[in-house]
Amino acid sequence: MSAQCHSGPPTVPVDPSTGTTLRTVALVGPPNSGKTTLFNRLTGLRQKVANFPGVTVEHHIGTVRGEDGSEIAIVDLPGVYSLNPVSEDERVTVDVLKGKMPGIGQPEAVVVVADVTNLSRHLILAARVIELGLPTLVVLNMADEMRKQGGSIEVLSLAQQLGTPVVLTSAVTGEGVDAILNFLNTPVAPPEPLGLPVLQSARGYRDWAVMVGTKSKYQRPATPVWTQRLDRLFLHRIWGPVIFAVTVLLVFQVTFVLGQGLSGLLQQGLQTTGEAISTRLPDGMVRSLLINGIWNGVSSVLVFLPQILLLFLVIGILEDSGYLARAAVIADRTMSRVGLNGKSFIPLLSAYACAVPAIMATRTIASKRDRIATILIAPFMTCSARLPVYTMFIAAFLPNKAILGPFLGLRAAAMLGLYVLGFLMAVITARLLKSTVLKSETAPFIMEMPPYRWPTAASLGLRLVDRSKIFLVRAGTIILTVAVILWVLTNFPMHNGKPPAIENSIVAGIGHTIEPVIRPLGFNWKIGVGIVTSIAAREGIIATLGTLYGVDPESHAMDLQAALRNELTLGGAVALLVFFAFALQCASTIAVVRRETNSWKWPAVQFAYMTIVAYVAALVAHQLIR
Amino acid sequence: MKSELKMIFNFIKRTSTTTHTSLADLRQGERAILGELTLEPATAEHLMNLGLVPGVEVLVAHSGPGGDPRIYRVEGTELALRRELTSCIAIEQLSAAAD
Repeated sequence: MSAQCHSGPPTVPVDPSTGTTLRTVALVGPPNSGKTTLFNRLTGLRQKVANFPGVTVEHHIGTVRGEDGSEIAIVDLPGVYSLNPVSEDERVTVDVLKGKMPGIGQPEAVVVVADVTNLSRHLILAARVIELGLPTLVVLNMADEMRKQGGSIEVLSLAQQLGTPVVLTSAVTGEGVDAILNFLNTPVAPPEPLGLPVLQSARGYRDWAVMVGTKSKYQRPATPVWTQRLDRLFLHRIWGPVIFAVTVLLVFQVTFVLGQGLSGLLQQGLQTTGEAISTRLPDGMVRSLLINGIWNGVSSVLVFLPQILLLFLVIGILEDSGYLARAAVIADRTMSRVGLNGKSFIPLLSAYACAVPAIMATRTIASKRDRIATILIAPFMTCSARLPVYTMFIAAFLPNKAILGPFLGLRAAAMLGLYVLGFLMAVITARLLKSTVLKSETAPFIMEMPPYRWPTAASLGLRLVDRSKIFLVRAGTIILTVAVILWVLTNFPMHNGKPPAIENSIVAGIGHTIEPVIRPLGFNWKIGVGIVTSIAAREGIIATLGTLYGVDPESHAMDLQAALRNELTLGGAVALLVFFAFALQCASTIAVVRRETNSWKWPAVQFAYMTIVAYVAALVAHQLIR
Repeated sequence: MKSELKMIFNFIKRTSTTTHTSLADLRQGERAILGELTLEPATAEHLMNLGLVPGVEVLVAHSGPGGDPRIYRVEGTELALRRELTSCIAIEQLSAAAD
């Protein structure tokens, strides 16, 4: 599934028995109507969902086994408000529906997913899809929420007026999913043309939708009382910003304090296991490679998994509950003061996980210039690969002191400071771009507020499983490779069949070559090697130092943090953190920027700019603090 | 060409906000009927797709810190909009606040 997300647009699979492509059914609907939750229910696949418009920016394909045993391909499309696309993700939807998407023929049937708590608006989209003339099923989703809020509708009457079957469903409880499967299995005749208003004005469409709704005795559900009450609190003149600030502080405090505790436990476990394996192996090169090289390098990165999962859990709860949309409203005033496009906020927000999906999410931005500007600043946002580096150096160099009682400690504050630093540099860069090469009008801030919902364990669990997979795959591929290469470089050239003293190894040679460049920043050659390997992936520096210190007999017995304190001054440590906050050390980001901008120009400009900014800022930091 | 269009656009914007009352003039908790949206066509179309269609009743539900952006309720949808947009959305008729 994740392979689909990164290896070009997915295509419909071929049926091995007949050699033809599978029957295809497309899933269409407005953003945040629950299409992806429904898609996951139907296909058993697990795409990310959130209580947030615009989560799906690419189409995904899954299959359902029909009653006759044949498979049917289901295409989950990005949400659209109309069939008149303004941004690239909406164009994907329209292209698929009109059969213009390569790799996918025109779908045989369409399932329109509408949010029944807000019918008239969604009926207009449904009508436009029905007008395409494909066999259509109209799914009225979120039926459970509608009933809870005193809403109702006569489904049969609506079906008669639309000329298509209509079902009430709840993707969360599973209600009505059988009816959808039934539709997929039985071919339906294409609908008759609707008597849509001749004058295709927004007002005409709306009057039509209201008329259809009235004839089907549609009773719109009330806005949930809880949503109103919570909004009165979270958007309160004084309490709103206070709660926002406390929430941000708590995210960092929880991630740092609780995460450190869990990481400590994992570290002990990994160390004990490593020692146990070590005693069972005969002394020699193999043991050195396995334990000093691979085990030390990979496990020094692995210990940060609990902390990253904790961050994802906390932010996942904020996202799924609907609070994040309110936080965006509270933060918007500040965002508009610094001249940032309101819509840039959502892709930037998602960059806390990784710049790669954030850069892909810029497809929702209609203006090409705004899109490039957002792509260029996204890697300044603190991604989860920086988290281990930050944690490691902060824990090694800063004491564990409370600043605001239980709300904020010095270490969590330093972490927050680094996140703010990245954000500020993103903002400064945005201003610079907008006033020079990428001049454009700022797009208006228009944001739909989702109702508050309880985060489901399934959705949260899915995020954690996905994140663990990504993290473990990186540890098992990039980080493992880095550790092996480093072990080889530290153990050669051999001297009388024995590895050299570390100062005489190849890696020291490489390190000493780059040392003059980084000496002004307060870094020695070992840190320099770490910076080189972290160009592949940021957390590579930890594995590098883990391996280097593991091999070096002088620091072999020390833990990594104590070894670091031996190597760096406080000024050097701060310079390193600043360097990591600004530098573009990520091969996957460079690759995705090239793909999304379709040229090497932008990734090259971005890499050069970020490296220069990082170098100068680290130099300043080191000169100020040393 | 582009700057001329912008001038015309700003002119329309100015006249429309002086002769009518705009959505931005409503106070929190007040309701009104939406009038014309004097915005760039793409923005206006997007807002209409979201339910801000002339003739619909709108309520100022909540306000962000400092009064901008504010959250407007149209039928079942709540939208956060900045003043720069709402000052270009006319309201046709004011009714007294219901609550």
